[in-house]
Amino acid sequence: MTPAISVAGLTRRYRDQVALDDVSVEIAAGSITGLLGRNGAGKTTLLRILAGQEFPSSGSVSVLGGPPAENDHVLRRMVFVREDQAYPDIKVCHALRATSWFYPNWDAGLADSLLADFGLPPGKAIKKLSRGMRSALGIVIGLAARAEVTLFDEPYAGLDAVARQVFYDRLLADYAECPRTILLSTHLIDEAAALFESVVVIDGGRVVLAAAADGLRGVATTVSGPVLAVDEFTAGRPVWNRRRLGSQASVVTVGQLDADRRARARSLGLDLAPLTLQQLVVHAAGWPAAPEAVNLEGTNA
Amino acid sequence: MAGLDEGTPLFGQVAERLAAEIADGGLAEGERVPSTNELAAYYRINPATAAKGISLLADDGLLEKRRGIGMFVAAGARRRLLAQRREQFAERYVRPLLTEATRLGIDRGELFALIEEYGQFADAPGGVTV
Repeated sequence: MTPAISVAGLTRRYRDQVALDDVSVEIAAGSITGLLGRNGAGKTTLLRILAGQEFPSSGSVSVLGGPPAENDHVLRRMVFVREDQAYPDIKVCHALRATSWFYPNWDAGLADSLLADFGLPPGKAIKKLSRGMRSALGIVIGLAARAEVTLFDEPYAGLDAVARQVFYDRLLADYAECPRTILLSTHLIDEAAALFESVVVIDGGRVVLAAAADGLRGVATTVSGPVLAVDEFTAGRPVWNRRRLGSQASVVTVGQLDADRRARARSLGLDLAPLTLQQLVVHAAGWPAAPEAVNLEGTNA
Repeated sequence: MAGLDEGTPLFGQVAERLAAEIADGGLAEGERVPSTNELAAYYRINPATAAKGISLLADDGLLEKRRGIGMFVAAGARRRLLAQRREQFAERYVRPLLTEATRLGIDRGELFALIEEYGQFADAPGGVTV
């Protein structure tokens, strides 16, 4: 399948600071992809370049088959919802109507039902909305635009857990009805993890991991139990993290464990717990070695 | 992600849930299984993940596709799943039981006595409420 988004050798420098460093990644058309990483990792810069709002220092960007910058043909098929989006001094309903003129697939009925779900009053002035309600407005626009490429950059500042769940549920429901390419950056990885078909992790401006989300479970495992047994079990295996408390140790080891290894762990009295996506991102981001060292075999199984 | 555990891949968990429901008779043979989108909405997961879970069971011959209508529980699926569970019973339940018993110094005699005792409770009306 042709990727909806494709960047190669993308670098963005601000004076002496490198925001993106030789980023190459492809996003499959029609997938929901998580863009994960710490604050300042380069997520927003990447999204802004994809949305044509910023220019790369070098490298190439292609969205829906063409460069996005100043390209009306691409921009009308793409929506970008920023964290803390600024709006002109107008009412909610006016903002929605103005947006609807721009997007050919705009779904006004969807916008209305989303407003109701978020409890967002259409007649209210945007500047009088709380931070969370302004975020909700961005989400309404992002979903109702029904754009072929939908970019969400941490779209839920100020939204409580209930409202975020509304966002996830409506995102999935609308994606099921109208599949499209969605790229969502978030630091709330655990609660959003199950939405993703694939994930891209960036750290320090570099892509450290790009893989199918399902294959990531089992890539690394926390082994815990008596120190001696843990040491024996993890000897010769790549290790990300090692903690110790008295005679107990807990070690994060990289690589899939086959049935024999699992049986061995049981006989040594060790507990095995696969890393969650959130934990994996924490370790992957802090891990200096090349991402190829992570054994992703079976990722597309 | 209502009620799914971390750990095994999500699509595997979706497959396990469906298999368990078939084995328990909640989904009868010949009955339509929930669609990819219904599963995705219920478990709050990506539809592609739900689709993978379904195809896992379809590849095993436990589900069959009826063109244009959806996926249905195949004939003989329940019997096969129950046989599988029987095979896995020792590994999944007996082994951890023995491991923990050994750790606590409960010998075989004590263990058998416990099973006897609890078995009586479990067979009694109302079952065990411990």
